[in-house]
Amino acid sequence: MNDTDISPSGPAVRGLTRRGLLARGFAAGAALVVGAGFVAARDAAWALETTALKPETMATLIQMARDIYPHDRIPDRFYAVAVKGYDSADSAELIEQGVAALNQLAQSRGFDSYLAAGWEADRVEMLRMIEHGPFFQTIRAGLVTGLYNQKEVWPVFGYEGESFSKGGYIDRGFNDIDWL
Amino acid sequence: MVDVARFDHDDASVVVIVGTGSGGGVLANELAQKGVKVVALEAGGRYLPDDYINDEWDSFAQLSWGDMRTTSGDWRVARDFANLPAWIVKAVGGTSIHWAGASLRFQEHEFKARTTYGNVDGANLLDWPITLSDLEPYYDLAEKKLGVTRTNDWPGLPGNNNYLVLEKGAKAVGYSKVSTGHMAINSVEYDERPACQQTGFCFQGCKFGAKWSSAYTDIPRGEATGNLEVRDRCHATRIEHDDDGRVTGVRYIDADGTEQFQQARIVAVAGNSIESPRLLLASASERFPDGLANSSGQVGRNYMRHMTGSVYGIFERPVRMWRGTTMAGIVQDEAHHDADRGFVGGYELETLSLGIPFMAAFMDPGGWGRAFTSAMEGYENMAGMWIVGEDLPQETNRVTLNRSSLDQYGLPVPDVHYTDHPNDIAMRNHAYAVGDRIYRAAGATRVMPTPPYPSTHNLGTNRMSENPRDGVVNKWGQSHDVPNLFVSDGSQFTTSAAENPTLTIVALAIRQAEFIAAEMEKGAL
Repeated sequence: MNDTDISPSGPAVRGLTRRGLLARGFAAGAALVVGAGFVAARDAAWALETTALKPETMATLIQMARDIYPHDRIPDRFYAVAVKGYDSADSAELIEQGVAALNQLAQSRGFDSYLAAGWEADRVEMLRMIEHGPFFQTIRAGLVTGLYNQKEVWPVFGYEGESFSKGGYIDRGFNDIDWL
Repeated sequence: MVDVARFDHDDASVVVIVGTGSGGGVLANELAQKGVKVVALEAGGRYLPDDYINDEWDSFAQLSWGDMRTTSGDWRVARDFANLPAWIVKAVGGTSIHWAGASLRFQEHEFKARTTYGNVDGANLLDWPITLSDLEPYYDLAEKKLGVTRTNDWPGLPGNNNYLVLEKGAKAVGYSKVSTGHMAINSVEYDERPACQQTGFCFQGCKFGAKWSSAYTDIPRGEATGNLEVRDRCHATRIEHDDDGRVTGVRYIDADGTEQFQQARIVAVAGNSIESPRLLLASASERFPDGLANSSGQVGRNYMRHMTGSVYGIFERPVRMWRGTTMAGIVQDEAHHDADRGFVGGYELETLSLGIPFMAAFMDPGGWGRAFTSAMEGYENMAGMWIVGEDLPQETNRVTLNRSSLDQYGLPVPDVHYTDHPNDIAMRNHAYAVGDRIYRAAGATRVMPTPPYPSTHNLGTNRMSENPRDGVVNKWGQSHDVPNLFVSDGSQFTTSAAENPTLTIVALAIRQAEFIAAEMEKGAL
């Protein structure tokens, strides 16, 4: 799941201005907009089409991904990339059921849905209640590679990756620590 | 260039070796150099430095032994990585492609674990049938072969940032045996291999070839003699024997999926400590109903994987531990035996670093939430060390055939069962506390213990013993039951010792090659 091509590409969202996109969608949680067949950033910086999953479900997964591995300096689109692979006929059933159950849990706690629970602390409390179940475990385990194996997020952690193409770190600071 | 040998399947004069890593690969070359004809069967494909990938998951997909396996027992690996008990390699060169290069001799007392540690409840301790002085000449040869730093007048490697933090903290708490270690990574050009370029990614195969691996040293040199044929992508499934109880050859599935049988004068098993006992157990026959070479019942038992764990420290300012050699230095002050610490045996502390992808997978498997992500966000300021100590052999820690789970060939997969001995737990807790002290002394603001990764050191499942009742092979790695059957990998270790095993595997393989060639010369084999 290393494909970061989540910019507007399909007929549902191609060419939409921010205003147009907002006109065709409605707010889902704090950061996302959901419309017919797509999830988008509030500022329309990116959009992701869905085919097998309901767009609200995809928006929930993106929020859930951030709640599981919250990195405040990593924008939503990387979380979207990390979960977009679930938009397939193979996994749709497990995901739709899992999200439906999560929304039910949210409703039992007085929220309209998981996404509508506006504070992270409330959402994390719900995740703690399902963390040993197969749905949570599938999402969490998938994120370990889906999120952290995206080369584009490595700079957030300062990680430089391979050095062979540059001749190794021998002249690139392998022993440059200066504060010890 | 000499034409690489091709031997007929019905050529019963060849030695067949199963596996081409630091045991099988070295044995193959050493025998070929002495004029012995060898067919080496390797389950994996052939990858050379140009092929290695400096990306953790891509490399893992390329090199790792990913065939189905199952796990059981109390170890956390069974929960977090249920089908990945070991992180080892399936390729020509085996796990010598993946190893970090630490090349330490065992200590004298470690060959006499039963005598030194006494009778430890629950442990199946035994003295090795050889001593340090038996092995010293072969350690000399192994160090020359591998080009081990700080031997033979080769300088040590320069320390990277991760090492410099370890050194500072270790010295601050009073440790003195602190160095960049004995490494099979060239500090100067040697043996047609360049000096280390501090590339990192030692675990993914050294693209410069500065680290020794049989893949690009012993294997091609053995082939160049015209006496060694390596058949890659050939998975051994069964060793056959005759009415006299001597082995006659090895059945295997070749690269095209066709079953083949290679006749043999001698068979040597070197498939690492999970596949080697699996092959012997799968070779059960009417004559040997419990598996080949298993009159002792010890085949597959006494599985050891070293007492391990990691400690990561996060500092106020950047460390950038990923730059340079992965295992860049060592603290050896706790490697001795001193029962006053509350456990028998000792442990080494060796620097280790993982990239972001593997750190996410191994730092706290199953972990999530801000406790996890705030640690990940400390990555640039992180230093890491790996703990490797002696774990105790237990009969119930074992590799068995799991008949309820079949592999791609329809064969029962190996199940790897492991439960820590209380001694292992006491030693790990001691080491975690020491790691914490070291990093705090260097200024860490947060220190985290990390549970053991899937096993890289797999040992003991066909152990050496003086008495045939106690183990599988004798002091030459020769089966007590079947004279023309040998074990040539870490599964012959009687006990694990505290040290990384590769140097000892290589020394034993050199010694075994000498023995086999001499016995063949005498007509005894």
